[in-house]
Amino acid sequence: MEQAQLFNKQDLERIINRFAYQFTEPYDDLSHLAIIGMQTRGVYIARRICKQIEKYSGNVLPFGVLDVTFFRDDFRTKMKMPDVQVTDIPFDLFEKDVILVDDVMYTGRTVRAAMDALLGFGRPKSLKFCCLVDRGHRELPISPDYTGKYVPTHFSEEIQVKIQEIDDEDAVYIVNKGEAR
Amino acid sequence: MSTPSGDYVFKQPHLLGLKEYSAGDITHILDHAVHFREVLNRPVPKLPTLRDKTIVNLFYENSTRTRLSFELAQKRLGADVVNFSSSSSSVKKGESLKDTIRNIESMKIDMVVVRHESPGVPYFLTRCVDATIVNAGDGAHEHPTQALLDMFSMRMKLGDLKGMKVVIIGDISHSRVVRSNIIGLTRLGAEVRVCGPKTMMPLFVDELGVVVSHDLEDCLGWCDVAMALRIQLERQDGALFPSIREYHQQFGIKMEHLRRHKNFVVMHPGPINRGVEMESDVADSNRAIILDQVTNGLAVRMAVLYLLSGRASEVENYR
Repeated sequence: MEQAQLFNKQDLERIINRFAYQFTEPYDDLSHLAIIGMQTRGVYIARRICKQIEKYSGNVLPFGVLDVTFFRDDFRTKMKMPDVQVTDIPFDLFEKDVILVDDVMYTGRTVRAAMDALLGFGRPKSLKFCCLVDRGHRELPISPDYTGKYVPTHFSEEIQVKIQEIDDEDAVYIVNKGEAR
Repeated sequence: MSTPSGDYVFKQPHLLGLKEYSAGDITHILDHAVHFREVLNRPVPKLPTLRDKTIVNLFYENSTRTRLSFELAQKRLGADVVNFSSSSSSVKKGESLKDTIRNIESMKIDMVVVRHESPGVPYFLTRCVDATIVNAGDGAHEHPTQALLDMFSMRMKLGDLKGMKVVIIGDISHSRVVRSNIIGLTRLGAEVRVCGPKTMMPLFVDELGVVVSHDLEDCLGWCDVAMALRIQLERQDGALFPSIREYHQQFGIKMEHLRRHKNFVVMHPGPINRGVEMESDVADSNRAIILDQVTNGLAVRMAVLYLLSGRASEVENYR
């Protein structure tokens, strides 16, 4: 199994910094901005972006965590049912500009599920999507608003995002699984 | 709280009773129910998860709570639901259970939730049809979703079930709720006592791993949870106790018990006979979690339906 590193710790830091500025740039007043991380690794990335925004602007943004398992259209076609994780959105979405954060964007189906799930919590003013890595192969007409890096991939490859809090390392790898889908 | 990951896979094809479910299976359902409990608090508490499934609720016996709870759980998950009750159907014309279920299955049903006065009916149905069967109470045998929601409620209120002290009070021998609860609770490591008149105590009940007692005062001093069972007034012509009043005197939970013993919470599977199993004030006190049980029942049933629906099509994928 071949693998190559796409980002190291410093790259990741730099991208998160960039996101922090990109997220806040359109707004004079950050009181309507909110960030929601998607389980699992999107949560950690989103939390870091929030911290960064707090560091340079002093604003503590409302922060939520979203699990979309129940809204997926493919959960039953997999061999094993996916583990459901915590969803916690402790603020009202009404009149909020919400940015959803995930680690990898692929077919777009997870984002579609996330939109469904999120709209069940209320009607945000706007909803944007941010991903660390966009690996292409979209199956739905959805594209990210903020991208760390666009990496065209083959089906047999996999993007692995490693986060210190769960994987003991900050890095992103592209791995060749060696078998076509 | 996240679900157990690793190598564990939920492999149950049906929910006929908790007897077939391991501690791991039960824990898996209870862990999932936590997430569905959260979904119920959302502004739009609806999921599209089972929108490709059709479920029939086959109720041969009266029920309010269980049936409404199942139906609501199914609708919250987006399933198509059809209801059947024996009083308004061709059963009155003499159609057999087997014929009824096979006809219903011909309408492309994925899941059947069944309640019947005869024990073993859910097992029988698994032999008749391919659909996933969920037992909603069969005679005096099992009522697994009730036990699951009881366990879930205890866990939400008091934490881990291991070592929890539970006393179940009332008509032990005629209760399917108690059987499922004993199996589930002991499997997860709780200590269970049963308490009631000798006439309502089945023989060999201690072989299920419970302690038998006839002293309510002593049990309430010992327990973390006191679960009163409904006295089935309609079945009391057998004179199992001299009078309702005397039953209440000896085995009814009273306000003075709550004052004397500060620790235990009060549960009841419903419907309550106020003034029989417990004083009316006990049922309304802040120590009773009877209405929480009902809300939790919805979450637990959603978890059961969700997990079983996945398994059904997984089996298909393997074929």
